[in-house]
Amino acid sequence: MSILVLADLHEGQLAGATAHVVAAAQAIGGEIDILVAGEGVQAAADAAAKLDGVNKVRVADNAAYAHQLAEPMGALLVELAGDYTHVLASASTTGKNVLPRLAALKDVSQLSDVIGVESADTFLRPIYAGNAIATVKSDDVLKVITIRTTGFDAVGTSGSAAVEAVDFVADNAQSSFVKQELAQSDRPELGGAKVVISGGRGMGNGENFKLLDGIADKLGAAIGASRAAVDAGFVPNDMQVGQTGKIVAPELYIAVGISGAIQHLAGMKDSKVIVAINKDDEAPIFQVADYGLVGDLFEILPELESKL
Amino acid sequence: MKILVAVKRVIDYNVKIRVKADHSDVDLTNVKMAMNPFCEIAVEEAVRLKEKGVATEVVAVTVGPKAAQEQLRTALALGADRAIHIETDERAESLAVAKLLAKVVDEEQPGLVILGKQAIDTDNNQTGQMLAALTGLPQGTFASEVAVDGDKVNVTREIDGGLQTIALTLPAIVTTDLRLNEPRYAKLPDIMKAKKKPLDVKTPADYGVEVASKVTLLKVESPAERKGGIKVASVDELIDKLKNEAKVL
Repeated sequence: MSILVLADLHEGQLAGATAHVVAAAQAIGGEIDILVAGEGVQAAADAAAKLDGVNKVRVADNAAYAHQLAEPMGALLVELAGDYTHVLASASTTGKNVLPRLAALKDVSQLSDVIGVESADTFLRPIYAGNAIATVKSDDVLKVITIRTTGFDAVGTSGSAAVEAVDFVADNAQSSFVKQELAQSDRPELGGAKVVISGGRGMGNGENFKLLDGIADKLGAAIGASRAAVDAGFVPNDMQVGQTGKIVAPELYIAVGISGAIQHLAGMKDSKVIVAINKDDEAPIFQVADYGLVGDLFEILPELESKL
Repeated sequence: MKILVAVKRVIDYNVKIRVKADHSDVDLTNVKMAMNPFCEIAVEEAVRLKEKGVATEVVAVTVGPKAAQEQLRTALALGADRAIHIETDERAESLAVAKLLAKVVDEEQPGLVILGKQAIDTDNNQTGQMLAALTGLPQGTFASEVAVDGDKVNVTREIDGGLQTIALTLPAIVTTDLRLNEPRYAKLPDIMKAKKKPLDVKTPADYGVEVASKVTLLKVESPAERKGGIKVASVDELIDKLKNEAKVL
């Protein structure tokens, strides 16, 4: 078996998700290559070469792949996929955007959000917002898979794989980058943070999310939100935790003013320890919380911050 | 410009699902079904584009069993002009659906195709991207804003780090995210009128598409249940538990 892992990039740097996808590739077994595609991505390629268990890193460093637009990225994967039995990417918005194109053009199915590997052709994946786990077997000649990173522990960084350039340049006259607005934050990335503190509709407004800042600072936590808080315009979309937002599984998840809709639980119920703070003692979030504290979050949060 | 909008019949998003006792699948008998929420957003966007004069016709399409015509009627009540039902009782996976939709795109020649980014049953998030690849049309996935401008469309996308705006040549494929719009409710007179709107019934064989997939569902299980824990009485007790019992602080 031979596996190609599409590296995740964040502002041109290698994103933490890639080390988890390589771990999934190791669970499948076989030779593992990483594809780093983008513009000005040599540093990301060098970082990918340090991941444990990698055979080689293939770098497509070209303006054609800037911002990883779907059309050229799909064409690049189709060009390279012939050398592999499996192509993997993280279930990030990039992986989800690009990989189905490869699958369709190779006339194979894709397995999305895989959380477990039973064998080289049999995988576990959540369905119905994680309320059921399906075991699926693929008889396709090429397995195209996105990996939910919370299902696999990241590999280490003591490797030294070879790095080689890919010359293929995809044509693209159909799509072009206009602009992006990326959230600027000194906090850890939501997907990889050890502690996450999230606010919901109970926060009342966006201004009140500042009440989470001091606690997040003390705990080194990332700050998330429920869909209700994002829909209400309290905070931007990149903070959403849930079925269709980010899936997190930190050591400690603190849900503040979040009632606990199944779509939110789908994004955080694999956290090791869950704390819920809510004024409604009947809120469904308490059914999954290890520690529940019923009360007014506007009193509890300042007290928690001062006592941590 | 014609807009093609794809919809899917799924379990209602409020229903708590049950796994069958023999673990063969999720039990859907006597369960409330509805249009996939992301598809409702797709229909709404198409109808709004028609109301703004950008689109001239909205065609709704679905792949599924006979009962899926209910969701097409919902789309018609919400403002679609006509519907196409590709009837099959087989489990049609994303690739097969994308192949069928590609044939419909070929026949109908829409200027824009709008789909939900994912269905809340299989949570695949694939069909729009596959359709784009098969038709050779550009894609704007996870859209929170769609602005048609002459022969191109600007799509603002919800990505992991924030928002990204891309420009696509038309025709194009767009998939919807949650913040694109808030779908309206169908009014009773519109529900009545929808019953008279044209609805074509086809089969996968009419399009020469094989629905069977090479992926087999071996079993379906309930996830490990998380046991509810305890209620603590104070912030001090919470901090004590997190430090000394859970050892996460």
